[in-house]
Amino acid sequence: MSWNFYIGAGIWGFLTAVLINQTTRRTRIGADAAIGVITTASFAVGVVLISRYRRFTQSIDAALFGNILGVKQQDVLVVAGVTLLVGALIFFAYKQLLFTTFDSDVAQVYGVRTEWVDTLFALALAAALIASMQILGVTLIAAALVVPAITARLLTDSFHRMVAYSMAIGAFCGLVGMYLSYAFDAASGATIVLTQSALFCIALIISTLQKRAAQRLAHTHV
Amino acid sequence: MCKRTWEGFVRCIMQPLVEVQNVTFGYGAVPVLEEISLHLHPGQFAAIVGPSGAGKTSLLKLLLGVLRAGQGSVRIGGRVLDGRPSSSVAYVPQIETVDWNFPVTAEQVVLMGRASRAGLWPWPSRAERRQAHALLDQLGIGEFGARHIRDLSGGQQQRVFLARALIAEPELLVLDEPTSGVDMRTAENILHLLADLNQRGMTILMTTHDLNAAAAHLPWVICLRNRVIAQGAPEAVFTPAILQRTYDGEFVVLREGGMLYVQQKPHGHAWRDVVADPVLGHVAPLESAGLMMEVQDDILARTVPV
Repeated sequence: MSWNFYIGAGIWGFLTAVLINQTTRRTRIGADAAIGVITTASFAVGVVLISRYRRFTQSIDAALFGNILGVKQQDVLVVAGVTLLVGALIFFAYKQLLFTTFDSDVAQVYGVRTEWVDTLFALALAAALIASMQILGVTLIAAALVVPAITARLLTDSFHRMVAYSMAIGAFCGLVGMYLSYAFDAASGATIVLTQSALFCIALIISTLQKRAAQRLAHTHV
Repeated sequence: MCKRTWEGFVRCIMQPLVEVQNVTFGYGAVPVLEEISLHLHPGQFAAIVGPSGAGKTSLLKLLLGVLRAGQGSVRIGGRVLDGRPSSSVAYVPQIETVDWNFPVTAEQVVLMGRASRAGLWPWPSRAERRQAHALLDQLGIGEFGARHIRDLSGGQQQRVFLARALIAEPELLVLDEPTSGVDMRTAENILHLLADLNQRGMTILMTTHDLNAAAAHLPWVICLRNRVIAQGAPEAVFTPAILQRTYDGEFVVLREGGMLYVQQKPHGHAWRDVVADPVLGHVAPLESAGLMMEVQDDILARTVPV
């Protein structure tokens, strides 16, 4: 995709993320409802623009469903740059991010600048979404972001380990999904998400069996 | 902190740690707090009591610097809170507000108390971890550091959040209903723990709905109902007249064996029908208008509403 796309999508994505964040903070609307309204409205703006200027059709297909064959050197550079920036943010603001995510109101009392943390997180999220759009497509990005994290959550009760596991799961599924996509000649984004979903199912079965075993053990001790 | 000079000592004793002066605050047009003036000196242990909607949590949030007063001023350690929290205040929220599914261990929760002072690295320093372990040990939950917070009992959870507050090395500890959501014995233990901390010099302000626990454990209570109705020692403040003004209900206050016992009169019953024996425990069942209560006549004869 062209630099114009990245600049335009970056600004729009960041503004949308900040708008969701501020709507949640300043109104009685919950985050889930704010995301539903603002992202759908944002998507609708895109659809209107496409219907008005039909010459975008090809690149919009790539944006919606991803196209690994269309990845150019500059896309790889963008992904690498965003990975470094997001990694640096998580590394240096880890403690503040953890406290804000756990309990934003109390974190504020303990001197964490939660508004800044939220804004930086929104920026990182928007950057990650836009960087991976070419590979995964808009429709599958949400799953690709969430599934590794919830799979990791099933495997551990520690936030530190959850971050490490979700990065490893994301990278592993990306690699395996790409290979499967090549082997079966299937869409790359969909194959990556399906690989993640398969891993999620395995983790769900393992954690359910572990929980049952623990309950059985507790009963025998009683 | 008090400087180790005579002047520093005198200033420390004379200057309140918390000064709330003529504060009025509201959400929109409706005032929640009106003309509140309060002082807390270093080493005080006080509870704010009052009905739901009296403004207890709003007052705490003003002291924490999360809310800004519409009128008047709030000072902590002489510094006016201008919408930014004071680093000398630590807060223990109600445990009902905690997200128990969040993936975090007890030790990680404790270390959050250092989040704003931490260095650039994402991991805690050895000194911070030692301090966290020492606090967990001190609070009697040393072996639970690696456990997920959901897997702890109510009392242990409350201690974890107390340890998080203490690791921030505050001068003022603010607790929002620390005894709610736990059983009576755990509530007693928490109040004993707070009394111990206070004995070691910590200034503590908490809110509670448990008037009897406040009467038994706290040397100072503040009755709040949008305004400060009264403040002072529980023996002086917990009177039927003040409680009536605070809660808009009728109360019976019993004094027996150096203890103070507060009970609200239920509607439609004489007060003697519902006052349980606070001391002797030797009681006979009494059935009154469908209400099974236990009461002993000789106690009732000796105790008179204050």
